[in-house]
Amino acid sequence: MTRLREKAAPYLLALPAWIWLGIFFVVPIIGLLWMSLMTGNIITGFQQTFNVAIYPEVISAYWEQILRSLGYGVSATLLCIAVGYPVAYWIAFHGGAHKTTYLLLVLLPFFVTQVLRTISWKFLLADDGVVLGPLKAVGLLPEDARVLSTTLAVVVGLAYNFLPFMILPIYAVLEQVDHRVVEAAYDLYASRFHAFVHVVLPLSLPGVFAGVLLVFVPSSADYVNASVLGGTNNTMIGNIIQSQYLVNNAYPTAAAITFVLMTILLVGIFSYAKALGTERVMEVQAG
Amino acid sequence: MAITTEETPAAHGAGPTGAPPAPAISLEGVGKTYRSGPGTVTAVHRIDLEIQQGEFFSLLGPSGCGKTTTMRMIAGFEEPTSGTIRLAGKDVTGVPPNRRDVNMVFQSYALFPHMTVADNVAFGLKRKKVPSAEIKKRVAEMLDLVELTDRARYKPSQLSGGQQQRVALARALVNRPSALLLDEPLGALDLKLRQAMQLELKRIQREVGITFVYVTHDQSEALTMSDRIAVMNKGVVEQLGTPAEIYETPATRFVAGFIGTSNILTGTVDTVSDGWARIGYGHGQHVLAKGDGTAPNEEIVLTVRPEKIRLSAEEPDANLSRIRGTVREVVYLGSTTHYTVRTVDDTDIVVFQQNSSDASNLAERGDTAWLSWRPEHSYVLPG
Ligand SMILES: Nc1ncnc2c1ncn2[C@@H]1O[C@H](COP(=O)(O)OP(=O)(O)O)[C@@H](O)[C@H]1O
Ligand SMILES: [Mg+2]
Repeated sequence: MTRLREKAAPYLLALPAWIWLGIFFVVPIIGLLWMSLMTGNIITGFQQTFNVAIYPEVISAYWEQILRSLGYGVSATLLCIAVGYPVAYWIAFHGGAHKTTYLLLVLLPFFVTQVLRTISWKFLLADDGVVLGPLKAVGLLPEDARVLSTTLAVVVGLAYNFLPFMILPIYAVLEQVDHRVVEAAYDLYASRFHAFVHVVLPLSLPGVFAGVLLVFVPSSADYVNASVLGGTNNTMIGNIIQSQYLVNNAYPTAAAITFVLMTILLVGIFSYAKALGTERVMEVQAG
Repeated sequence: MAITTEETPAAHGAGPTGAPPAPAISLEGVGKTYRSGPGTVTAVHRIDLEIQQGEFFSLLGPSGCGKTTTMRMIAGFEEPTSGTIRLAGKDVTGVPPNRRDVNMVFQSYALFPHMTVADNVAFGLKRKKVPSAEIKKRVAEMLDLVELTDRARYKPSQLSGGQQQRVALARALVNRPSALLLDEPLGALDLKLRQAMQLELKRIQREVGITFVYVTHDQSEALTMSDRIAVMNKGVVEQLGTPAEIYETPATRFVAGFIGTSNILTGTVDTVSDGWARIGYGHGQHVLAKGDGTAPNEEIVLTVRPEKIRLSAEEPDANLSRIRGTVREVVYLGSTTHYTVRTVDDTDIVVFQQNSSDASNLAERGDTAWLSWRPEHSYVLPG
């Protein structure tokens, strides 16, 4: 009896998590799939017709936005690594007694909602705004120079928005790196560069791995940045979903696109994990 | 051995001029003061040391006496705030660790967790751009030396503590540094493994002939393994010498107390004759000690090792130091018996007696007994 209870304990403890996942993840997904196969409209109502043809339809209609979203997601992720890794490194190894303060500073902008933050970027980077205006006035930039409504603005906006999700996991692993292991590398004739490449970097890969997932997924699916900072040529798949759902009330179409995007992201994540060798990454953490 | 005219006695290890080779490591007035918050901490005051090529040299002292700091200065991880460090005669001030020809074995091993045993060992050679065929050969030889050939493909986390220790050793030794610095390398191992590894380290050191600088707080470890020992306390070297010198003739009260068991006696010098000071305790009791530099009526502190003292019922010869007391405690330990004897002036003296066939059961608790030892076994300690 007690043995049975002991065996059941872990499952019982995990029960709330399973219920949570069931209610807020599995049920909506099934609902989404169900919805995507319906036909009809908001006025006459939707009927289940198992309209599988919707999938090839949305893919051929929106493949451009899908690819663009993935491209923006990859670019924003790379930008986040380029900016976030040095920041995380600096805080972990040179932050001294003020590490917590620096981490708080990294997070500080995120106490403001994403929409407001993005809109303030729009204000800052407007064609004749506080940044570009004076530069144009003194002739440093041509009169028609612009940042808003360009790919650059959207990608930088995405990177800015999700940067902490890169910095925090990288910081967390770098913080755990034993300083004596790095000293051992110096002691064994490694220059600063080699100590970084052969010891610090490999040991921090699990953090980069986590950061890539945390940045890539939400930035590929984002719609705020593209709608606020981008122009008509920067439409992302998130914007399509949003307008199909909220503007056109084409629920099945919106659901089908969402499903396609989710599938692509999941396949992408799994092949990424496989290519990088999650096992190797996990082993480092254990060691 | 045949004597040939070509061979000069100084040929081995000496330069062409016949000058003795430079010490592997020399410290001249080396000190280190850390800034610590608003104040400063002086970890090492002023150390002068010369460590010879091929020597097994130990830095021995209690925790916090500055051993690690000294070692880190030699390795290049800390710059001394005063003094000069030379490696093989060359001033290495300002030279970073990766360009010093010494390697360190860290207290925590500090193995690279993401690399196999073989890759850990090959790390230094790869950085030195040794050809890969030679790296392979030397790594194999080294793994053989530390008996880990069958663990070459394992990760450090898959090894026991003792095996990780040997990887750390191999990883440093494979580079054939001019000196190996070991910071309490056996500290994390249990007693049995520790003793086995002490012998192992000694064997490896003899085989490779590299200078070992060994940091430990364990006096028995230092006595067993070292050619010479520097006993450190509060950032200074209290005594430098061979294990026997340090044990037999402790130079300071600290050394006498730290190494083995010592009896500390105090008294007033009565007379000094022929270089021997005599301290009388009344009723035929007196202690004789080498008394250079002592004068009558001076208060002195002296020391004698427990195993040098003889316990007897009859009055010992007057040429010996002799004191009477009451046996307070008898601890039988098989091959020896430890007695604690309280003297008339309430000093407890510890005596170790061999349980040889003719000397069993010398005294019992409560007995009055004589203690005696030869004058040369007492040392006058400064302060
Ligand atoms: N980086 C440092 N900053 C400030 N004080 C230090 C530092 N490293 C060591 N100390 C101090 O120096 C003294 C000697 O330390 P250490 O060399 O580690 O001693 P040991 O190795 O003999 O135990 C200690 O009091 C220690 O607190
Ligand atoms: Mg130490």
